[in-house]
Amino acid sequence: MLGKLDWSAIPFDEPIPLVTAAVLAVVIAAVLGWITLKGYWPYLWRDWITSVDHKRIGVMYCALSLVMLIRGFSDAIMMRSQLALATGGAQGYLPPEHYNQIFSAHGTIMIFFVAMTFMVGLMNFVVPLQLGIRDVAFPTLNSVSLWLTASGVLLTNISLVIGEFARTGWLVYPPLSELKFSPGVGVDYYLWSIQISGVGTLLAGVNMVTTILKMRAPGMDLMRMPVFCWTSLASSLLIVAAFPILTATLAMLLLDRYLGFHFFTNEAGGNPMMFINLIWAWGHPEVYILILPAFGVFSEVIATFSGKPLFGYRSMVAATMVICVLSFMVWLHHFFTMGAGADVNAVFGVMSMIIAVPTGVKIFNWLFTLYGGRVRFSVPVLWSLAFMVTFAVGGMTGVLMAVPPADFVLHNSVFLIAHFHNVVIGGVLFGAFAGYNYWFPKAFGFRLDERLGKAAFWCWFIGFYVAFMPLYALGLMGMTRRLQHTDNPLWTPWLVVAGVGAVIIMAGIGFQILQLVVSIRNRDALRDLSGDPWNGRTLEWSTASPPPFYNYAVMPNVEGIDAYWGMKARAQEEKLTETVYEPIEIPNNSPTGFITAFFAVVMGFAAIWHIWWMVVVGLLGAFVTFIVFAWRKQDEYELPADELAQLEHDRAEVVA
Amino acid sequence: MLSGLTSSGVLDPQGPVAHSERLILIDSTAIMLAVVIPVILATIAFAWWFRAGNAKATYRPDWAYSGRLETIVWAIPALVVLFLGGIGWVSSHDLDPGKPLTDAQPGDAQSADVRPLEVQVVSLDWKWLFIYPDQGIAGVNRLVVPAGRPVHFRLTSATVMNSFFVPQLGSQIYTMAGMATQLNLQADKPGTYPGISAQFSGDGFSDMRFDVQAVAQADFDKWVDETKSGGHALDYAALMQNSKAVQPAAYNGVEPGLFEKILDIKTEGVEGQQNAPNAPVSPRGGGS
Repeated sequence: MLGKLDWSAIPFDEPIPLVTAAVLAVVIAAVLGWITLKGYWPYLWRDWITSVDHKRIGVMYCALSLVMLIRGFSDAIMMRSQLALATGGAQGYLPPEHYNQIFSAHGTIMIFFVAMTFMVGLMNFVVPLQLGIRDVAFPTLNSVSLWLTASGVLLTNISLVIGEFARTGWLVYPPLSELKFSPGVGVDYYLWSIQISGVGTLLAGVNMVTTILKMRAPGMDLMRMPVFCWTSLASSLLIVAAFPILTATLAMLLLDRYLGFHFFTNEAGGNPMMFINLIWAWGHPEVYILILPAFGVFSEVIATFSGKPLFGYRSMVAATMVICVLSFMVWLHHFFTMGAGADVNAVFGVMSMIIAVPTGVKIFNWLFTLYGGRVRFSVPVLWSLAFMVTFAVGGMTGVLMAVPPADFVLHNSVFLIAHFHNVVIGGVLFGAFAGYNYWFPKAFGFRLDERLGKAAFWCWFIGFYVAFMPLYALGLMGMTRRLQHTDNPLWTPWLVVAGVGAVIIMAGIGFQILQLVVSIRNRDALRDLSGDPWNGRTLEWSTASPPPFYNYAVMPNVEGIDAYWGMKARAQEEKLTETVYEPIEIPNNSPTGFITAFFAVVMGFAAIWHIWWMVVVGLLGAFVTFIVFAWRKQDEYELPADELAQLEHDRAEVVA
Repeated sequence: MLSGLTSSGVLDPQGPVAHSERLILIDSTAIMLAVVIPVILATIAFAWWFRAGNAKATYRPDWAYSGRLETIVWAIPALVVLFLGGIGWVSSHDLDPGKPLTDAQPGDAQSADVRPLEVQVVSLDWKWLFIYPDQGIAGVNRLVVPAGRPVHFRLTSATVMNSFFVPQLGSQIYTMAGMATQLNLQADKPGTYPGISAQFSGDGFSDMRFDVQAVAQADFDKWVDETKSGGHALDYAALMQNSKAVQPAAYNGVEPGLFEKILDIKTEGVEGQQNAPNAPVSPRGGGS
């Protein structure tokens, strides 16, 4: 009846996940109780859960990501404290079977559910506004994407209490991840979580590509798009091209584990190295999926706060698209050490270095954007400047490892760990935080507290260097990654310093939470009625904050790069009042995404535990949901012109 | 604290391969720093000088293009990469793990102490098996080699993937079931050099450490003789069982052709094919 599921699945002998789960259960119960007491359920259901508004969906993506950041960071600080304690023969407090789950979960969560989710959220919120349009191409599909991502998040977190997570590292290399070496449910949790959320990500990519290519405001030529739209386009194209590889690869591993296939087994003609090639054929584009939108954020922030257009716009666009193409040609540098031979290694080494050229061009262009500007040191700028400094270092160590013989001694060492945290924290995460502080007033109509934002920034910035510079040293000293304990006395002081760095970062996260709480409490003082708190250049700043559900009452007419800057220069804003309003088609809310995701969770959970009848229920439920949606009678309604005029009039009253 | 950085690991090379790799590491870093340091300084300088409150800085609100600068901006990273790419290409060929350290091939008619020592490496859960096919002996978690003489390794795994890595001797290489990789290393001086697995392989991974003991050729010969005359032969079936933190051991005998037998894992489980001729697949392309 319940497949492999029984009471032994609950880790009663491991206090850490158990206590965590208990605390979480209390917190969740408290939140749900509070919502019920306040009677917020109808509001939540109507305005958020079933919303197909790209802005709401973007905000929910980002919120999900920030919650998962806390989960992923808890894993991080456990690893750092374990390694600071487990030296010189000590075993620390996390036995290998638990520690191995923690680093696997940390990687999976940080990449898929923090970095990826935040970037998709930003794209969702910002791109339609920047393009001057009212929604994405497929609004309901957008909601399905969000909720499928949330399904993956939920399944991953269920593994904390019921069963276990993968103990194989975040890319589940076979043959270790095959049934023979990982007989537990951990790898299955990983596979089903990533398969389900991966479908969501692919759909989000399709949606974004269609939106950018087909739905721009009048006059918004491709070469007039803000650079963030360009990098979103590149990133989404990569999603569309790369995620099917991930899904197919993981599907083959699923077949191995569930139906006794031999794609990647040691025996019967399987080849584990095929998995490693395929997973990196997705995995390398994936890092550019993450970093490209961040590059877009920095481009917007640096231009806005320098009071200048972005230097070398065409170069930036070219560099973005060059990276987009090249990112598919370098995957082998993740395993120079498999002994592929000198020619193969040399070709992939040189290709990997070539990617540094467009990236270097971008850094120089940001530099010249600052030149001749009037730089206001607001929180988003601090993150951007810190990125330029930090990413230069991380990029350098990356190119260093693209030299194959250098990689032969650095591969899989903690030097590598330092390198990719250097680019993922210093690039993607700093970009996410810059974007969060930059667009928050657009999303909610009030600014985030500057002082606490700066405190958070300095803790993260300093904490990052204290935590990761020692890892560069440790890697050079021969420490390899994923060790649960060490016994080299020379390493101990460096490991302790790295642990201190993690604590400083924790303070940074604390300040970020405080910043949010304080800003919400002081929202009246921080209120921005202009809709343009930073003296922005792109269209999203031309509408209200938060934007009305239809984004723009009248479609903007774009006459150049930095469309809104141009409008301000020509003082077009006054003209808007004389405009004739026309009716707008608004998509209906739909619970399709939420219900599909519910059945996806049921299906995934059942498959993990081999509860076959429940798999059928989940699949059938999702299919029926699709049928019901496909045969819907009405999918949008018309907002009449006079109602629109009234709404705009009311808004003008509030501003005035 | 800093002394540990240069007195161990990759920055303290003890053989020709590790020496060359440290040189490449330092050269490449120096070349890139020549651009990276100015960029970092310029970022700080530009941001500070062009701060909003600085009345002396000239504001150029419309300056967004300069053909000359654009050319330079593409040229600088391109030149750096051209230079580094050259280093990468040449060094990939010079330091290819499969390339012998001397011109002598195994089996050539040469004096025994110039010919590379043959060692077969098998990663197991969770320990390292070292087979000396020419001497007919084997060891676990301790590798004894003659100093000053090249060692030619053939490596595979009997279970999951691992990576054989002795930081002070240089290049690491994967061990993969059903495939044989090759590696050539040499220790210049007698000494003990820590070895480690660089590819996560499961619960006992953290203790998959071994020592490389480089000794004078005469001491090596003595060690071989002593090993042969005492102790017992390798019981591979017993060794295959999972075990963690295994103490180093040496065996006076090893089943001939054990390495090839372990390599033959691919045909396991395929009915009727057990006796089919099956050349082990090498990721290097050809046979091994």
